[in-house]
Order: sequence, then C-alpha cells, then structure tokens
Amino acid sequence: MQFMLLFSRQGKLRLQKWYVPLSDKEKKKITRELVQTVLARKPKMCSFLEWRDLKIVYKRYASLYFCCAIEDQDNELITLEIIHRYVELLDKYFGSVCELDIIFNFEKAYFILDEFLLGGEAQETSKKNVLKAIEQADLLQENIDFQMRLFAGNFGGKPNNPCCSIRSVALDVNSPPQGQQKQHPSNINTDFEVTGLLFSLISQPSCLK
Amino acid sequence: MSDVVEKTLTALPSLLSLDSQPGSGKLSSTSKLGNLIRGITELTSKHEEEKLIQRELSSIKEQVASPNTSMRQMKELMVRAIYCEMLGYEASFSYIHAIKLAQQGTVLEKRVGYLAVSLFLNESHELLLLLVNTVLKDLQSTNLIEVCMALTVVSQMFPKDMIPAILPLVEEKLTHPKEIIRRKAVLALYKFYLIAPNQVQHIHNKFRKALCDKDPGVMTASLHIYLQMIKENPEGYKDLTASFVTILKQVVGGKLPMDFNYHSVPAPWLQIQLLRILSLLGKDDQSTSEMMYEVLDESLRRAEMNHNITYAILYECVKSIYTIHPKAELLEKAAKCIGNFVLSPKINLKYLGLKALTYVVQQDANLALQHQLTIIECLDHSDLVIKRETLELLFRITNAQNVTVIVEKMLEFLRLSKDDYTTIDLVGKVAELWFIETMNTVFSLGGDMMQPDIPNSFLRLLSEGFDSTEEDRQLRLFAVDSYVSLLQGEPGRLPQRFLQVISWVLGEYSHLREGLEPATTLRLLAKLLDMKHTSSETKSWVLLAMSKLCEGPDCVSLAQELSERHGGSLDTVLRQRVQELRHLSEDAELRASVLPRDAAQEPLEVDSSLSFLDGFVSEALSAGAAPYKPPHQRQEELAQAKALSLEPYGLSLPISMSSCSLADRQSPTLLSMSSGLSGNSTDLSHKGGSTTLKLDGVKRVWGKDGYLAQKEPVEESAQVEVPSPLCSPSRQGGADSTHSQTPTPTPTPEPEKEKQQLASSLFVGLGSQSSVCLMGKSEQTPQRFRRKAKGQGSSSGASEQISNSHYSTQSTVDNLLCNNLLDSTVTSDLAVSTPEQTPQLSQEVATTNGTCDAEQDLIEETDPGNSPSLIRANSTVTADPPAHKDPDRPKDSCLSSHLPAELAGLSHSEIIPLCSSQNLDLSACHVQKEDALLLVIFIENSSDSDIEQIGGGEKPQCVGVPVFPDGEEASGSRGAGWDGVLPAAFWGISSHAVLLQTSINQFHQVHCFLPSDLLLSMALLTQSMLVSCFCLTSLLFLCLGRPLCVSTEEYGTLWLAFSQDTKQNLALLNDGQDPLTATLDVLKNKLQLHVVDIIGAEGIVACRLLQGQPCLMHCRVHAGSLAVWLRSPVPDLPDCLLYHCQRALQEH
Repeated sequence: MQFMLLFSRQGKLRLQKWYVPLSDKEKKKITRELVQTVLARKPKMCSFLEWRDLKIVYKRYASLYFCCAIEDQDNELITLEIIHRYVELLDKYFGSVCELDIIFNFEKAYFILDEFLLGGEAQETSKKNVLKAIEQADLLQENIDFQMRLFAGNFGGKPNNPCCSIRSVALDVNSPPQGQQKQHPSNINTDFEVTGLLFSLISQPSCLK
Repeated sequence: MSDVVEKTLTALPSLLSLDSQPGSGKLSSTSKLGNLIRGITELTSKHEEEKLIQRELSSIKEQVASPNTSMRQMKELMVRAIYCEMLGYEASFSYIHAIKLAQQGTVLEKRVGYLAVSLFLNESHELLLLLVNTVLKDLQSTNLIEVCMALTVVSQMFPKDMIPAILPLVEEKLTHPKEIIRRKAVLALYKFYLIAPNQVQHIHNKFRKALCDKDPGVMTASLHIYLQMIKENPEGYKDLTASFVTILKQVVGGKLPMDFNYHSVPAPWLQIQLLRILSLLGKDDQSTSEMMYEVLDESLRRAEMNHNITYAILYECVKSIYTIHPKAELLEKAAKCIGNFVLSPKINLKYLGLKALTYVVQQDANLALQHQLTIIECLDHSDLVIKRETLELLFRITNAQNVTVIVEKMLEFLRLSKDDYTTIDLVGKVAELWFIETMNTVFSLGGDMMQPDIPNSFLRLLSEGFDSTEEDRQLRLFAVDSYVSLLQGEPGRLPQRFLQVISWVLGEYSHLREGLEPATTLRLLAKLLDMKHTSSETKSWVLLAMSKLCEGPDCVSLAQELSERHGGSLDTVLRQRVQELRHLSEDAELRASVLPRDAAQEPLEVDSSLSFLDGFVSEALSAGAAPYKPPHQRQEELAQAKALSLEPYGLSLPISMSSCSLADRQSPTLLSMSSGLSGNSTDLSHKGGSTTLKLDGVKRVWGKDGYLAQKEPVEESAQVEVPSPLCSPSRQGGADSTHSQTPTPTPTPEPEKEKQQLASSLFVGLGSQSSVCLMGKSEQTPQRFRRKAKGQGSSSGASEQISNSHYSTQSTVDNLLCNNLLDSTVTSDLAVSTPEQTPQLSQEVATTNGTCDAEQDLIEETDPGNSPSLIRANSTVTADPPAHKDPDRPKDSCLSSHLPAELAGLSHSEIIPLCSSQNLDLSACHVQKEDALLLVIFIENSSDSDIEQIGGGEKPQCVGVPVFPDGEEASGSRGAGWDGVLPAAFWGISSHAVLLQTSINQFHQVHCFLPSDLLLSMALLTQSMLVSCFCLTSLLFLCLGRPLCVSTEEYGTLWLAFSQDTKQNLALLNDGQDPLTATLDVLKNKLQLHVVDIIGAEGIVACRLLQGQPCLMHCRVHAGSLAVWLRSPVPDLPDCLLYHCQRALQEH
C-alpha cells in the first residue's frame, strides 16, 4: 500500500498515512486531487479507481471516506477488507466509532493503524491481537498516570511488565456499566456525523456484502 | 494472561475513554486540542480558519521553545501540531521537538513523539539522523512496548545509510520470545530490503528461519520479503515451492488458530500472499506448476462463501491459474469463476471480472467472446472506471479487423474524459494501435508498389520518436511484438518492403522486449533468408538486422552456419553482408562500435569529400596511377572517342545514384544503395521485380549473351512476392461466424441488437485462431491448421485428377480453372495482362503451386452449413442453385423489383442470399453495366422495428450506404438496395464484389454499418490469393465479359495482331433451323458476345473484358461440331471463354 487517507464528506482530511516517501507538496497535491475525484463519484459506482499509475480503493462509512492507494499488482478486494477491518478495529476500540471519535482522538486512530498495518502491509489481522497491543500501551499510560498520582514524583523506573498493574487500574476505577450510550458534547457544530461508522454500514443493506 | 486480565482488557477501552472526563466522553473539554477543533468548526470562512491556526501555531511554537514545558505538555502540543499539519499548515518548527519527545519522554510521551516523527518526516529528511540514537536505545530496552515502538518507527522510515547501525539489533529480535517483536522485526527487515536490498543480503538464512517460525503471524510477515525476493529472482526460490504449497494447504484446510480467521475465512491475507508467491514461482515452469495444481483447486473449491473476502481469494486464485503453466481442468474452473465475476450485479466484482478478462484474454480469447454482450454493456456503463477498464480489455483484443471500431470507442471516451493522466495513456494507446496497425496494413497492401519513401519516413518517425521517451518505447515495443508475431506466422506472404521494414525494426529495437532472446529473433530472420522468394535486397536488410542483433554464442554459431550457406552466393552484396555478419558476430566490441544501439537518430557525419582516403590516393598517384577524372569529363572524352554506345549504363546510373544519397548505416535506404551499387545484372533484374518496366531495359542489354536464359527462372522466383499477407483473416472470419452466433433465436429488442452488432464488429477475428492476426497475441496452434493440412493432401490429389481431364465438366469448376491458370502461368511467365494486380495474381498462383486447391477446400470447411459458402454462392452464379435451405428463393423476383431504377433494365445475376439473422436478410447480386460491374446488396428487414444505422462514421468512397429500414410494412420483405459499386478497374471490382460476400459471411451477424468494417476487411483481403483465384475463374466472363463491337475489317486486323491462340471443338446445337446461328445466339445471350458476321458455315464473334482486353472467336461448322479458334492478347482469356462457352451450350 502506498498511502491511506481518511476524509470527510466535506473533503476535510481526517487522517493520512504515507508509506512512500513524498514531499509535502506532492502529498498535498495528491490529497487534493484524490479527495475531489472520490467525492465526485456516485454511491453506486465502483470502489476502485485507476488514478495516475496507482489504483485507488475507497469506501465510504457514514460521513467518512477511507481511501487507499495500492500498486497495480495488488488485490483490490483484499484492500477493501483492510479498510473494513480497520473500521472494525476502530469500532471495537471506541465502541461504535463515529467521525467525532476519530477527529478528537486521531492519535489513537494512528496507533491502531500502526498496529494493524506496518510499512504498508497488514501485519496483524486479528482484531483481538491488535487491540491487545494497543491496550497494553494505553494501560501503561493509565498505569503511569495512576502511579504518578499515587506516588507523586516517586516513580522512577518504567514498569517492565505492564500486565501486573492492570489489576490495580481495574480495581481502582469505578467501571461504568457496559454498553453505556456514548455522550457527545452538544456544543459541537453538526458538521460531523455522530452515526457510528459501522452502524451506518449496517443500516444500508445494499452496502452489506 | 489470566482470564480476569483478559476480561478487564476488553472492558478497558470504554473505561479509559471515560475515566478522565466523565460525562463528556473522550472529548475532554479542557483538552486544548478539543478547543482548537471546536474553534475551527465554529468558523465560517477559510480566512478565519487560517488566522486561528496561525495563532495556534505561534502559541505552540512559543511553548515548545520554552524550557519550562514538561514532556507531558509537550506531548499535548505535539498532538496539536500534528492536527495543524493535517489541516495543511506547516509546523516545521515542531519537528525537532518531536524527536526530542521520542528521545526523552516516558513511554507514553515517546509514543506520541514517534508518531509525530513518522507523520512529520520522510525517509530523506535530515533530522531523521537524530532519531537513530533513540531507536538504538529503545531497541535495547527491556520494555517490550518501547521495543515495539522502535521497531514500528523503523519499519516506517529509516535513513538508508544508518541501517547498518541498527541491523544487528533488529536481527537479534528475530529470535525474541515474543511473537509480536519477531513479527515487527521481520517487517522492519522487509523495509530494509525494500530500500537497501544489498544491506540485508547476508541474512537470507534468517528469513528462512522466520518463514519456519512457529507463529503464523511471523511467518506471514516473512512472506512479504519472500514475495519481493521471488519477484526479483524466481529461479532462486523454486525449492521453497513445496513449503509454500504445504502452508497454503494447511491454511485452506483451516489448520490455523481462530485468531487468524477473518469473517470465518481462514487467514485471507496469508492465502492471497501465498497465491501471489505461487504464481510467481509457477510462471513458465511446468514442473513447479504441477506441484500447486492441487492446492489451487482446493482453494477454488473452498472459497465458495458469498463474501467479498472469498472473492478476493478467488480473484487471486484465478490470476495464479492463468499465470502458471496451464492446466485445462483448472483453466476451465477459473474461466467459470471469471464468468461469475463478470456477470455479477456487484459493480466491484464486475470491475474485477473485466480486469481478469483483460489479463487472460491473450491466452484465451474465447472467454471474451462468451461475455461479449456484457462487455458491450460495460462499454456504455455510466461509471467511467468500468468504461475505461473495458477499453483496456478491447485494447488487448484489437486486431486488424476491429481496430477501427475500438479506436473509435477510445476516441469517444477521450472526449468524455477530463483526467489528464487517462488522456495521455489512452492517446498513447490509440496512437499505438492506429499507427502500427495502419502502417502494417499499408505495408501489406501497398506491398511493393509503394514509393520507397513511405517505409523510410515510417522508420524515421519510429526512430526519432515523439515527445515522451516512454511513449516511444511503448510504440517500438508494440511494433516489435507485432512484427515478431508476423514473422512467426507466414512471413512468406509479406511484401518485400514490409519485410525490409520488419528487419530494420527488429534489428534496432528488439532488445527492448525483455525475454525475447536475440537468438529467437535471429532464427526468425534467418527463416526469411531461406525463403526462395525473398529478394536479394531484402536479404541484405535481413542480414544487416542480424548483424545488429548478433550477441551470444548461439548467434555466433548461427552466423557461421549462414556464412557457410550464403557465402557462395552469386550476389556479391549478399556475400559481403554475410561476411560482415560473421566477423561482427565474432567480435562483440567491434560490433558495438560499428553498430551502436539506439543510435538511429544520432546524426552521422558523412565525409563527402572522402578526405580520409587522401593518403591512399596520393600513394597510388605516386605509384603511377592515373589521376581521377569526374564522370562528365570521362563522358566527354568517351564521346569524342565514339568508341561505344553506353546508353544502358547511362540509364542505370541514376538509379544507383539516387539510392546512394543516404549513406549512413542506420538509414533504411542503405541496403537499396548497396544493391544498386553492385551494378550486377542479377541485382538489377531483382530490383526490377517490382516494376516490370526496368526489366525490359535489362533484357535488351543483356539478352544476347545467353546469360539471360539461365537467369530467367531465378528472376521469376525472386519476383514472386506474394502480395497477400492477410489471407488469415478470411480464415478467421469463417470460423468467427460460429463464435459470434447468438444462441437465442428469439427476437431481441432493438438496443440488444445494436449491442450484438457492435459485439460482432468488436470481436471479429477473435477466437481460437486469432494467432495469425497482425497483433498475433494468442499462442495456441489453431485447430484449423491441422484440418487444413489434411484437406490439402486430399484435395491436391483430386485436383491432379481434374487437371488431367482438362475440359471435362466437373462440379468443382473452380479447381479446374484454377489449375488451368496454374499451368498457363507457370509455363509462360506472363500473366493475364490486366493492369496492376494481375501479374501479382498469377505470380501468387505460381508460387503456391497447387496449394490453392487446399485453400478452397478450407473455405468450404470453414463455412458452416447455414451460411452459404463462398463456393456455393458462386455456383449459384454459374449454374446450380444452392443446396441449402433457402426461404429467399421465391423472393428473388420480388427482390429484383427493388433494384434501383437505373439498374432495373440491365441484366443481373440471380439474387443470392448471403446470410440472415433474426431480423435481417442480406442478399446480393451483380448487375452488369456497360462500363462497370455493380454489386447490389439487398438488406431486408423482416422485423417490425427500425434499424438504425450505427457508427457508420466516415463514408467510404465506394459503398454508399442507404439502409432503408422498413418500419411500415411489418411483415413485408421489401428490399432496398444500394449499389456497392466500384467504378474502378475490373480486378478491383471483382475482388471486392467477392470480398463483400466473404465479409458478410464472416460477420454473419448482420450489422448495418457495413461500410467502415467491411471496407477494412475488404482491404485486408483484397489480395488474398484465394479470392483472386476465385474471381478470375468464375466472374470472368459471366460478369465481366462485354460485347466488343467491331466491324469485319477491324476484326481482321485485330486477329492478326493477337498471339494467344486456342482451338477447340464445341458441340453444335441442333434444335434450330441454322445450327450456327442458333449456337451463336445462345452464346451471345449468355456470355454477352458480339456476333460480328456470319458467312456461310463460318462466323466471327468478338468480346472484351470490362477493361477492354479483347478476345476474338472464329467459328466454323465442321463435321457436326463447331470448330472454334480463339485469339486474344491475353493468354488465359481464350481458355476461359472457351470454358464458359462449353458450359453455356451444355446448359442450354
């Protein structure tokens, strides 16, 4: 894969990952052109494009377009599934992910992507494993925060085994009831759609494979 | 990990996202990023946004520079900087801080630092060097997460030069107990392999270890490296095939842990990767391919679930099956699979189906034929992507017959498309197709009649090229491909000039085609040398091309062999060329300097004053040689001396001078120069082969010395340049009609029909034997050739028989006459002296030496029963009514009433049904006008809908196409006609007339836009030997004979002037009062003869061909029969007339 772009229906870039070295100028040009091209396409049209010497595979989830550029020999359908798996990962991580989640936590989205694709190739396709890796790092973060709060400044070394501290986090924090409806700040301009990306897919039966 | 932990883990994400700011979810209101984002969304104009961001950036800049900023704050700042960058604003001041963060931060800050680095910088950024130490440190860390982060950033970007610094550490990680670390290490090595393959060369063994890793994830990761390495060198990894096959077998068999399933399909990514590797390994390698047949079959079988992911696997499987050494059974399944794709209502699958078709169509053109209607639909698809892919597919199946339609479609698309890139690409393709194809046609047809500057300018264009080098390369490559396949076909049919062009192009550019061994090309070229009708000029071209190509030991031995064979040639030029070839092939260095590659357009400096010879001249002068005198001075001196008349030499001088003008080695004219210079009589006469005029001159000069008599046969064989390169389309065409038949007999709606018509024009010439077409893409040996061979054997025997009993009435009239012709043309080297084409024709007949019977046989075979065969159609003209079912028969009279008024009074042949589809019937007849032969085609519309004229495009010069649809009379069979008439030379007419029939048979499915296609196919077939033979025999008199009105006196003078002489006795009719008058009247009516005079028992009759070649007949009643004596300037005319007289009388 050469690069992956996420952008909204309004053409705003939400995420970009480049696996080939390009100058900023080129990146901007490519992004602009691609966003235009993809947005101009009608919903029933083919998800694949030939663009310059690349193949573009894109798919729309609710208000977000996921767009990958692959080489000529690559398999288009599996790329579509890469996109889908990524959305599934986001969905699982954020819990019914929507565009807002990605906007406000884009660095998380990047971390997930890095765990899923490495150097443009799928490195781990198991949902469970990807999330486990992410959560370990996340936990570490929380763990440190937690420890720092506890032993204000006394924390010197880094924990060698993040797993051992999980329990304490889990025990200390009051876990909210499962399946709690997510709340989105109401003061956000409705420029963004709060529909879950995957949910939007399910609600359109025609998109279902 | 314990269950508790596992559970906690799954509960965590929501927990984490909520814990810091309960109530507002992840969107922390205190988060500055949150504020920024909210701020931006509240803005209305781009300008405001810019201002806000600039403000934000300057505040970030200030903070990152401050020494008081903690790493924790820094992390937050970095996130905001990343966000600003994503919006398109530059935050380059933060790059260095990102590196610092990665270096100094705690694990979580590091993570953001690394992320910022990987987003901000690219491989070549100089700041990246500062990261090396951090990475080194983290790789050695005991914290797994830090190691993971380091490996992640390394596999995304790393300065090439610094790879050696961290390579040992990464290698070490290959044996790490944690599979995630091993996996990331493998991917990091993969990245290294991509950017600097030589750096990781020494650890190939470790890759093998990774491949055998117990964790499937690590193994999968290692496949990326293997795919890359095998792509570059498939030979080196054949030994792994069995392992890959085993892995795939296990994966397909569901042996992997459930973790690897994706929507209940086992490890699809792994499967696809393996399939790609296998296809690379099995390509062009039968034994390796055999190992994988089973697992491919298994994969096809297992992937049955109706889900995208299974389609992805199927698609890859199909691609593999078509890439590796073919196996019929698998191909069949794959073809079915492609069919499913193409027919799928899902547009993505349709697209892939088209792609797959594009991929396989070169191997199996029939597959495209099966789906032609779908393809046509896709051609008009609203999605440009689909449309373009369809054009790509059509591009691959373009051949001489459908090139017009396809190029038209491409141009149509071009008008719609706004994308520059597409436009460039497509324009290139159109140019390629159009240019080379058209030139091929021009060369094949124009043959040796063409002015020599046409091939020259073509070659110049090819060598000078256009603006883009890539396009040039493509064009040349295309030319090379096209020519190689032509040579692999039947080069014997190509005109000499075309062969010369081919030799030059192959000599110059065949190195562009990868995988084309020079030895292969050499052998193809050498084949040309052995053909007896290759002229010596062409041979020189061929030899020069060979000298350019000669490389490697194979070639040296070939050169040796050639030099032995041709070294003793009588032609000095040829001998010289052979010697050159031999020496150059032995000395690669010399060759490189004499014939540098790709130097065609470099200007050569020609020292016209020959100053480099000054030394030699002065030496010679000092040794007592006579000083040089310019030619005019010599001439004057000679004229004074009045010793000899040098007229002939004077005549030949300009020839060599003109061809001498271009004297650099790359110039295509070089060879004509040398052959001209040789001044050898043989050579001159060969040159004269194309223009008979010069031959006379040679004869006059050299005729007396007896040399000529010896030379003449050779000369003839050299002359016999078969000008029918494209006999093959006719063959294809015949077979094609079977393919393009629509299976549904039910009347189809109008748009459907248009599609069918379009289909038949697009897919014409495809099918199992498309290998002979100009593009020559298929490699299969067509079945038909085998059949042909058989037919040849049997029919040649038959034809001998026929030729023994010369004038017996045989049902296979054409064989008879053909043989007749053969005999006459072989014995007398003259031809039926109608202009231009005729000499060629007879030469053809002479060269083929009887094979024409086989050819005719072939036609009979190729025509399926329901469409009237050529032969039968013809026999309708001459005698028997066609045997096949003929609903049109009773319509004859009613059709003839639709002849255009101006033609109604003229005599016309029977109306022959040509072919019919559900809605359309085509019939034709010829009408004999005073000065022309008209072909009238009736198109009947038996359906009740209108037929639109599709895509007629430009009107061809000779066939006007008023197609009158007949909407009002639903049941009616009102025909309407146009005259497909060529007022041209008679040979033109006759062959075209017949061609029209052939083409219609060939298209079978009637399409209304005959003009452009038909014309093309006509043009291609024009010189087909078969057709020409056919015309000659049957149409000759019945259609082309006209009364010659002369007086008795004129008759007398003519009689004496004519040399060709035939006598024969004919049956006399006895039913009338005067047998002679009765007989002559019958002949007059049937054959359009002019009875000049009848005196007693003698009568004189005259007729002429349309072109004016007269034939005189003198008849005398003698002993109950009619003794006729025919004379004509044309050798075959009397025989033909005689034959038709016989028939006419018999029928009477």
